[in-house]
Amino acid sequence: MIPAAFAYRRAESVAEAIELLAEYGDEAKLLAGGHSLLPIMKFRLAAPSVVIDLGGVGGLDYIRADGDEIAIGALTRHVDLETSAELGAAVPLLRHAASVVGDCQIRHRGTIGGSVAHGDPAADLPSALMALRGTVVVEGPSGRREIPIDDFYLGFLETALGPDEVLVEVRVPRRGDRPWGFQKFRRRSIDWAIVGVAYQSEDGGGGIGLVNMGPTTLRAATAEAALRGAAAPDDVAQLADADADPIGDASATPEYRRHLARVLLARALAGGAST
Amino acid sequence: MTDVLAGHTVTVSLTVNGTAHEVEIEPRELLVTVLRERLRLTGTNIGCETTSCGACTVLLDGRSVKSCTVLAVQVHGRDITTIEGLAGPDGLHPVQEAFRRCHGLQCGFCTPGMVMAAVSLIDEGRATDEKSVRLALKGNLCRCTGYHNIVQSVLSAAEVMKEADA
Repeated sequence: MIPAAFAYRRAESVAEAIELLAEYGDEAKLLAGGHSLLPIMKFRLAAPSVVIDLGGVGGLDYIRADGDEIAIGALTRHVDLETSAELGAAVPLLRHAASVVGDCQIRHRGTIGGSVAHGDPAADLPSALMALRGTVVVEGPSGRREIPIDDFYLGFLETALGPDEVLVEVRVPRRGDRPWGFQKFRRRSIDWAIVGVAYQSEDGGGGIGLVNMGPTTLRAATAEAALRGAAAPDDVAQLADADADPIGDASATPEYRRHLARVLLARALAGGAST
Repeated sequence: MTDVLAGHTVTVSLTVNGTAHEVEIEPRELLVTVLRERLRLTGTNIGCETTSCGACTVLLDGRSVKSCTVLAVQVHGRDITTIEGLAGPDGLHPVQEAFRRCHGLQCGFCTPGMVMAAVSLIDEGRATDEKSVRLALKGNLCRCTGYHNIVQSVLSAAEVMKEADA
């Protein structure tokens, strides 16, 4: 099983990738680690006529402190997030979320930029960015712009990235040793989450991101409002699915997903980190 | 900027088990098919082709990857190790030796991928206890053994390699 034929371009820099995107527009897809794109190309769910390989782009593989934030280069692989002591100290939720993506082999290849830009509601890292109120930095012909994670996901596999823009960085605020929780529920350890919940405590409340509870990664805004109103954790957890619109599929009915979200949020609020 | 038209081929250079190769391939060809069909290194198996089973695991610059989900063109200039490249002049690699000693296989289909995944996880320091080995091997499916002897093989190999290092 191999992808349909495509023209292959290898960019050596972000500027070159932007030039190529400007040339090919919607016909082109960017390839980083390939662990979101290649599987759907093999199934013919995607058949871009041009693939722009970012493998030769240097300088986008970093985790560094920048004031009150941690800046992460888009080509940073999951394994590098998972094993970063600096990230573990500053943003342990994101480090943990990276450690439960797929399996070791997948984490050796997959990148944070690829996972975030792909826009799959079943992905783990975007829910952590939602809970952390992170920012996505994109670069296009007219320069860089920052997009808050709340404005980034528009629909299923659809993001605010323009056809000539490249996701170059992800930024998250330092949360240090504040409480957090991450719950990923699936039948087998290598599966995508049937439902997942990311929780990060913050001043006067907390951020809550939901995995696979709708067409995009979602914020549990009603539950967050209850947190700010100092509601009891069990009452907050009952609101986990208030803003969600989960689908039914082979893994779960919509009702079961709603039930899972409530149970998993209760566990996440108690600081639970599933492996 | 490399530029290859759809349906055309590109020359990819890669080092496999210490030997430099140049292959003329289409950009859509998977690393696993290039290894098996172009280089005739059939020790790497194809199981699911969907990044699930781990039978096609090889080392890319020393780290385990599923070669069904890597395009060969992506590893231009890089270093690949397959199961054929593990044993040295003195005999089997300690992980291979441990799989034999602990009966870490039955039919053997998953074994090349299992061994390559084990080499990487031991090198990364993930073989600390049974639970961490099971977690680190979750991307490799075995339909025969029930995993018990595989996990014992990895722990045993890690012990042997630690003693050899000391």
